[in-house]
Amino acid sequence: MLANYFPVLLFIAIGTAIGVGALIGSRVINTLLGNQRPDPEKLSPYECGFEAFEDARMKFDVRYYLVAILFILFDLEIAFLFPWAVVLQEIGWEGFAAMFVFLGILVIGFVYEWKKGALEWE
Amino acid sequence: MLETIAAANQTVINVLNSTLGPVAGPAAKTLLNIVLVLVPLLLTVLYYQLVERWVIGWIQVRRGPNRVTIFNIPFLRGWGQPIADALKLLTKEQIIPQGSDKALFLLAPVVAVAPAMGVWAVIPFAPDWVVSNVDAGLLVVLAMTSMGVYGIILAGWASNSKYAFLGAMRSAAQVVSYEIAMGFALIGPLLAAQSMNLSTMVAKQGGNYGFFEWFFIPLFPLFVIYFIAGLAETNRHPFDVAEGESELVAGFHVEYSGMTFAVFFLAEYANMILIAALASILFLGGWLSPFDFAVLRDIPGVQWLTYAGIHWFLAKMCIFLFLFLWVRASYPRYRYDQLMRLGWKIFIPITIVWLLVVAAMTLEPFASAPIINLWFGK
Repeated sequence: MLANYFPVLLFIAIGTAIGVGALIGSRVINTLLGNQRPDPEKLSPYECGFEAFEDARMKFDVRYYLVAILFILFDLEIAFLFPWAVVLQEIGWEGFAAMFVFLGILVIGFVYEWKKGALEWE
Repeated sequence: MLETIAAANQTVINVLNSTLGPVAGPAAKTLLNIVLVLVPLLLTVLYYQLVERWVIGWIQVRRGPNRVTIFNIPFLRGWGQPIADALKLLTKEQIIPQGSDKALFLLAPVVAVAPAMGVWAVIPFAPDWVVSNVDAGLLVVLAMTSMGVYGIILAGWASNSKYAFLGAMRSAAQVVSYEIAMGFALIGPLLAAQSMNLSTMVAKQGGNYGFFEWFFIPLFPLFVIYFIAGLAETNRHPFDVAEGESELVAGFHVEYSGMTFAVFFLAEYANMILIAALASILFLGGWLSPFDFAVLRDIPGVQWLTYAGIHWFLAKMCIFLFLFLWVRASYPRYRYDQLMRLGWKIFIPITIVWLLVVAAMTLEPFASAPIINLWFGK
């Protein structure tokens, strides 16, 4: 059973190896060819040709947090829906009704946050 | 043809098992399978990028790349371009900007590419042509594609550039928003197929009525939303505000150069091809023939049209891959607020409503009603 997932793991490992190999390989090639010539101007972060004004890790809009929190709520919802969808024909209309109630509660919350303006990006 | 391949496959398994033993033999076969998937995938990424430039060139009434040939063969004009590009990227200096978090900066492309490759382990290309036929295939796919956003966030944070940071924030918010619509859209095929195993999901779309049996007909709204959410998930036009070259230069990978950029590029294109493959499997019957009607199966001249096989799967993927390019050449970029509005206020309500409709259709007495029993009566 779990052995079925070994190829997936192996595949991820090979994908990682491709990424790491490409980065290290090109670094080695560039060092050998003499292409790797850093200087302070080249390494400074890109900003319209000026010297960078301040640290780039600045404050950002709180709405990104809001999107992340809403995402967690809805994604959990989807996690509940997955097993339900697979067995729906066995649990029949009772299962349908249960999920209808569950989705109904979620929709109430969704309508609330919509009316509150949580989904607005002006 | 299929029998020959199956026989050859069995011979390889036998040879590997007898020479390497019962543990190393299957592992070696798995490794061989992975190579058989990866090499065509990497070649597709390489040449899809060329096709992209050609198609967009033709749509804009210009030629696209036509200078770099292979061995000066006139017929192959432009065919050397991806190889030349790859060589160029390979020999370019890797710049790690000042003030960046070096470890995270180099980790980000690897984090992006590993799941983009690994997810192909569960994609079935034809009956039994799959590296790992796991029962929770669709869950594995969702889990892996969700990992992609970490690469974006890490890249934006580690770069120490304002453009990269803004691009990463936008991109992450966009990707998670559309992941909800995409997740809801994927429940549809699950309800219809009653299984998470991707091979079973394709098999459930087979029958006596060819393409009328495929899930895209009863699930049409979900099918459309899945594809559009797929465009947004992979940051493609018209949802590419994360890159938005006219405002953010290149978004989260603006500070990446040479091979570090190429690895991001590889992950992005592998993800696009994955979206095309998944759309074909879940909604368009994967490797099944569109002309697989019961009446055609006994007519000698057209029998071959009804045979299932990887050629149908690849043809369906090509349709989606072309759609990606067609959309890119045709539509202007969405504004960010429009994009979030589309994801949250339009797609999520539509998918929730249609999910309930589909769920009701899969249950008696609707499931055995005429027409509906074509998809849900199995």
